[in-house]
Amino acid sequence: MAIAGMLAFGAGSAAAQDVATGDVAVETAVAAPAMLANAGTAPDAAFGQPLGGWEIQPQVTELGQRASDFNTALLIIMTVITVIVFALMAWAMVRFRRKANPVPSKNAHNTLIEVIWTIVPVLVLVGIAIPSFKLLAAQYDPPEADLTIKAVGHQWYWSYEYPDQGDFGFDAVMLSDDEAVAAGEPKLLATDNRVVVPVGAVVKVLVTSTDVLHSWAVPAFWVKMDAVPGKVNELWFKAEKAGLYYGQCSELCGTKHGFMPIAVEVVSQDKFDAWVAARQADAGIDVSSSDADVDAEPAVDAAQTTTL
Amino acid sequence: MAETTADNFDAYAQDAHGHDADHKPGFVARWFFSTNHKDIGTLYLIFAIVAGIIGGAISGLMRLELAQPGMQYIPEWVGGNLDAAYHMWNVFITAHGLIMVFFMVMPAMIGGFGNWFVPIMIGAPDMAFPRMNNISFWLLVPAFLLLLASQFVEGPSGFNGAGTGWTVYPTLSTAGHPGPSVDLAIFSLHIAGASSILGAINFITTIFNMRAPGMTLHKMPLFVWSILVTAWLLLLSLPVLAGAITMLLTDRNFGTTFFDPAGGGDPVLYQHLFWFFGHPEVYIMILPGFGIVSQVISTFSRKPAFGYLGMAYAMVAIGFIGFIVWAHHMYTVGMDVDVKLYFTAATMIIAVPTGIKIFSWVATMWGGSLTFETPMLWAIGFIIMFTLGGVTGVVLSNAGVDTIMHDTYYVVAHFHYVLSLGAVFALFSAWYYWWPKITGKMYSELLGKLHFWIFFIGVNVLFFPMHFLGQDGMPRRIPDYPEQFAHYNEIASYGYLIMLFGMVFFFLSIIVSLVAGKKAPNNPWGEGATTLEWTLSSPPPYHQFETLPEIK
Repeated sequence: MAIAGMLAFGAGSAAAQDVATGDVAVETAVAAPAMLANAGTAPDAAFGQPLGGWEIQPQVTELGQRASDFNTALLIIMTVITVIVFALMAWAMVRFRRKANPVPSKNAHNTLIEVIWTIVPVLVLVGIAIPSFKLLAAQYDPPEADLTIKAVGHQWYWSYEYPDQGDFGFDAVMLSDDEAVAAGEPKLLATDNRVVVPVGAVVKVLVTSTDVLHSWAVPAFWVKMDAVPGKVNELWFKAEKAGLYYGQCSELCGTKHGFMPIAVEVVSQDKFDAWVAARQADAGIDVSSSDADVDAEPAVDAAQTTTL
Repeated sequence: MAETTADNFDAYAQDAHGHDADHKPGFVARWFFSTNHKDIGTLYLIFAIVAGIIGGAISGLMRLELAQPGMQYIPEWVGGNLDAAYHMWNVFITAHGLIMVFFMVMPAMIGGFGNWFVPIMIGAPDMAFPRMNNISFWLLVPAFLLLLASQFVEGPSGFNGAGTGWTVYPTLSTAGHPGPSVDLAIFSLHIAGASSILGAINFITTIFNMRAPGMTLHKMPLFVWSILVTAWLLLLSLPVLAGAITMLLTDRNFGTTFFDPAGGGDPVLYQHLFWFFGHPEVYIMILPGFGIVSQVISTFSRKPAFGYLGMAYAMVAIGFIGFIVWAHHMYTVGMDVDVKLYFTAATMIIAVPTGIKIFSWVATMWGGSLTFETPMLWAIGFIIMFTLGGVTGVVLSNAGVDTIMHDTYYVVAHFHYVLSLGAVFALFSAWYYWWPKITGKMYSELLGKLHFWIFFIGVNVLFFPMHFLGQDGMPRRIPDYPEQFAHYNEIASYGYLIMLFGMVFFFLSIIVSLVAGKKAPNNPWGEGATTLEWTLSSPPPYHQFETLPEIK
């Protein structure tokens, strides 16, 4: 397995990544197996990582964008409701203060208005529920997968397997602060090995755990799925933009819960193929004699049979 | 001495002293063997303040560490070992949650103000089971001690304390914590749960059986309604928690595998059981607040609560629906799409009765003759905070949106707006509202208002930026974070300091009032205060209503 090699790779990765940025990365990687950790994409401060502002991270999947837009719509509706409630309260506080209204009204009932403020929220909620249900249904209606990856949570790192590409696998351990700085990557988000997927491909991720609960999340894809021991959960995404996308473990998993990030590299199909070939070579997988194909197409069938 | 006959028998002859309505027993008998609902209520309030100081101090340590990226403080407290520091962080979040939920909000709301005012408000001399009332309180003390003790014994190998989060999810709480710490925490919850169940039985019995003549259910003050609904939620939900943590205990110690997949169990089963309790639990914490706010708004608007029946049955509806929405805490565990659709729909429905309550409070103010004494400020603050926390709740109810918000600071912001700001604002409102009645002394409006305004600003600076952190993707329960999150974390930590400064005036107002407070009249709030406690002296006699009041 490639895991051993990758573990040994360890500290050297930072320096390697320093050089392995930009388009030459794949060539570098192929030339030197020790640098197969990733396909060399450099992080982009405007995508795939926290922006430091108040907004949701820019979405690079169609469904993520749709969900984000829906969230924005909700935010507007909620703001309007909040403003109405606060305005009514403010008006009541001014208009009905004791000086302005020394004699209180004794009226404590108004059936019509009570019916109205029951029915109107119901209508608003129905208006929210319809697009909400459609969004949820779409999230659960994946197209056929082009690529299937297995993500396994451990205390405290993720390991990944590519079952249809010859079943190579590797661990992804967080880079130390020094290593991250050296690699030009954000602290606490960078990993030594990254998940690499082709741009525009439907990627199915099978999430599970070997010890305690973890959760595999990438905010820019609008995905988050708990890793539950004894259970295989499934999520999918189709990233439309090449780049490097970070996430963090999102379920309390013990001592180093905050230190098992997720890094997903979305690259062109060519780069992906080259990366897969290099990983296979590294793992000693003989592509010609096995059904593992670097091309994503045949992987679809395999994915369907393995993951039902 | 006269001959003892059926006509001439004094059962209390051995008490060679008076036993009028205000006769009090000696110190030990009064405070340790107490059967008086007012004394037990006072004990609960003192207990809640002590627990609140500890839980609040822990959150201060957390905000200190989170003020800047990197690990600055906790490693120094644990001798420089970074892993020990990370675990210490998990112990902090666990203790903060458990203490605030089980040992601060619940004892203050239900045990404290519920005990003090439910019997008085329904015209009863005491609770139905005074001795059970006593044990309800005294069970809480060992429960709290067990929880504190759990911090000092081994949790995961090599480290002390339970770092499981207040939810105690397996398999982190089983295989992940082999030491006895989690066992102590489980016992603590068992005992606290037993305490609450006994209390709930007492309240239900009292409210159903001990109302004064004429006090029909539909004439009960809304605070009593809120405690009635809360007591039912406690009675029905806590046994489920007790079952779940007992299974956890046997998984940990006796080789069962309810939650261990290696033996055919399922960790997600625990989450279903926990949240079947846990979701009603959040309403247990907020419903008495609804009742308090209804009383206070009505009092200072000098107007009866608007839509009384709607308000009462909205709480019943919230209590009922509260039992059928639990899995919205579990949207990311890998549930079937239809299940998520159902829980999305059911969760949204809660917004309807909640909306009725908020609109009714505004309508109570409408047409009133408003004054803004300290309790009213807290009640209005409650409505503001609860509205903000409510609308983010509607956002989170959408399973498709929750995917990105789940387990981020957005959720932390949401539940602190409804609990830390909602429940706590209601508690402070009750505190100032009933302080003159409980102590017989007026508090200083100046100190009370300083407390309110500084606290109000502080908690908003503290919690509002957490929405931003959550939208930007910051996960919950992490001791250190990527530098991009630094800005709003720093602001939040300053918010904590402001809030802490506000709390100075809380304690100051207590001291000033006790030392130099003016004597409180029976009813300091005027014609708006129409419930029975304001017909009694301040403080009320040790035994009130020896002759039951008639309610017309």
